[in-house]
Amino acid sequence: MLEQLEGSRAVARTVALCRPEVIPAYPISPQTHIVEALSGMVKTGELAPCEFVNVESEFGAMSVAIGASATGARTYTATASQGLLFMAEALYNASGLGLPIVMTVANRAIGAPINIWNDHSDSMSQRDSGWIQLYVESNQEAVDTHVLAFRLAEELSLPVMVCMDGFILTHAYERIDLPSAGEVDGFLPPYEPRQVLDPAEPVTIGAMVGPEAFTEVKYLAHVKQMQALELIPELSAELAQALGREQHGLLRGYRLQDAETVVVALGSVLGTIEDSIDQLRERGIAIGAVGLKAFRPFPLEELRSALAGATRIVVIEKALALGIGGILAQNVRNAIATSSAQVSTVIAGLGGRPITTASLLGLFEDALGDRLAPLTFLDLNTELVERELARTRTQRRSGPHAENMLRDVGAIAAGPV
Amino acid sequence: MFRVRIHGRGGQGVVTAAELLSLAAFQEGRHAQAFPSFGSERTGAPVVSFCRIDDHEIRTREPVAEPDALIVQDPTLLHQVDVFGGLRPEGYVLINSVRSFDELGLGQWAGGFQRERLLTVPASDLARTHTGAPRANAALLGGLAALTAVVSLESVCAAIRARFPGALAEGNALAAQACFAFVAEEIEALAHA
Repeated sequence: MLEQLEGSRAVARTVALCRPEVIPAYPISPQTHIVEALSGMVKTGELAPCEFVNVESEFGAMSVAIGASATGARTYTATASQGLLFMAEALYNASGLGLPIVMTVANRAIGAPINIWNDHSDSMSQRDSGWIQLYVESNQEAVDTHVLAFRLAEELSLPVMVCMDGFILTHAYERIDLPSAGEVDGFLPPYEPRQVLDPAEPVTIGAMVGPEAFTEVKYLAHVKQMQALELIPELSAELAQALGREQHGLLRGYRLQDAETVVVALGSVLGTIEDSIDQLRERGIAIGAVGLKAFRPFPLEELRSALAGATRIVVIEKALALGIGGILAQNVRNAIATSSAQVSTVIAGLGGRPITTASLLGLFEDALGDRLAPLTFLDLNTELVERELARTRTQRRSGPHAENMLRDVGAIAAGPV
Repeated sequence: MFRVRIHGRGGQGVVTAAELLSLAAFQEGRHAQAFPSFGSERTGAPVVSFCRIDDHEIRTREPVAEPDALIVQDPTLLHQVDVFGGLRPEGYVLINSVRSFDELGLGQWAGGFQRERLLTVPASDLARTHTGAPRANAALLGGLAALTAVVSLESVCAAIRARFPGALAEGNALAAQACFAFVAEEIEALAHA
């Protein structure tokens, strides 16, 4: 049924339709609304049987999730930013043990400097943790992808992160078609675990493995994750049938017909990119986009064929790998290793800086005119950076960058003390 | 597409106002996207929210930089925050104040715009009368309906009733109706001025 809903609320209601049996959670913006709503549904009995566990930290949340999932309970949690980092050790255990936990990451920047706004630094930092990572473009896609995620996780016995842009999606009210309980039940059968901790049939899970088999266990984990490259399109087609609307699969091309210049991105910025592309197409410019939904596993072959006609590739990413530049761009380069296409990396939207149509149009003009550097920071305030660099050159005790620059932009009124 | 930007302070229901407006548009079968300026706002800190309304899917996610309509819930922001930034020349402005544009020191500024589209309304007084509290967000949406016709008063009231319980909903719906009537009368007066 069509409803006007907040993204977080829509995700919470969808997760409830997936009948999780254990939800351990610790609040952190911008995911708090999701688990808050779920805890309310558990309290009223609307979501039953389900145990909501208030834990003392994100490390605790993931540890309880591991325990719950190992006993055969369908398990869900959500986090963001530093919360995800605090989970890091347990994340590797969840994936290494093959536990099909589903987690929403409401994407947010990582400090220092402390920043509560959106970018992809958090989930990108855990890209090699063994979790499947799916990025969504809209709240409708967030809703549908959570249903897909439980089925995918449980079929492969692997954990899945659904990454949705914090605030931009979680706090946006828009028209959403929530699936019915019957539609979800038809697509998502009850959880049948591959391994289960049961006092009646005691087993251990989590053996220590030495050099004799460690590589093989890791190899199998890789093979298993790569199976998602086939399973995601299959399940997406089935879900599209069940819900009566298109599902993106591993990736989605936008106006790729004859496109010489192709923009590659993840998440909610794709909407603004598509609007910008429409404006350029009206002027007869051959430009298109690829929105990646699956980032782990990375769909090398599908991306290679989507980019087959491109001579210029502009990768827009909301995360920065310090010391090298782009993360997504490195992966895109792997996909087109034998192509002569030029790949430019554009770091944009860090710490919640809006990515505007005006900036994107300027960026694409630069790309079309072959004026784009291999690594560009969209809307970088060069003057601000230069002032701070000058300060560090001329003063030994130049002080902290963050405070200095805030003073320069007038965000804090006080002068140096 | 019709773009609205709402300015106020934390605690005044600025985010709820955008949500209500999107709900009103949704009930008219339209696409609407409402979202707050994202931040760690505290009570009393300047807050901004946005609403886009269109007949087809809204894909862009950027903040509204060039609004078709502005609502200023708290007039103490007028000379603190660039509330009018990017307003289109044919744009609408609704300010919650008992003073006129001239009295607010905006007489000269208003000259650059279509005068009959700029109004001040005593929305806090209307809200106090009908709800007992001076929270003017819902009332101002009634005013916006009268000023722009982007949504109907009926849809605004339906959104209020969907969002708030019983007496609070009725009080706010009455405040919205009163504000609608006030604005309609002002427009009439300006037309004959």
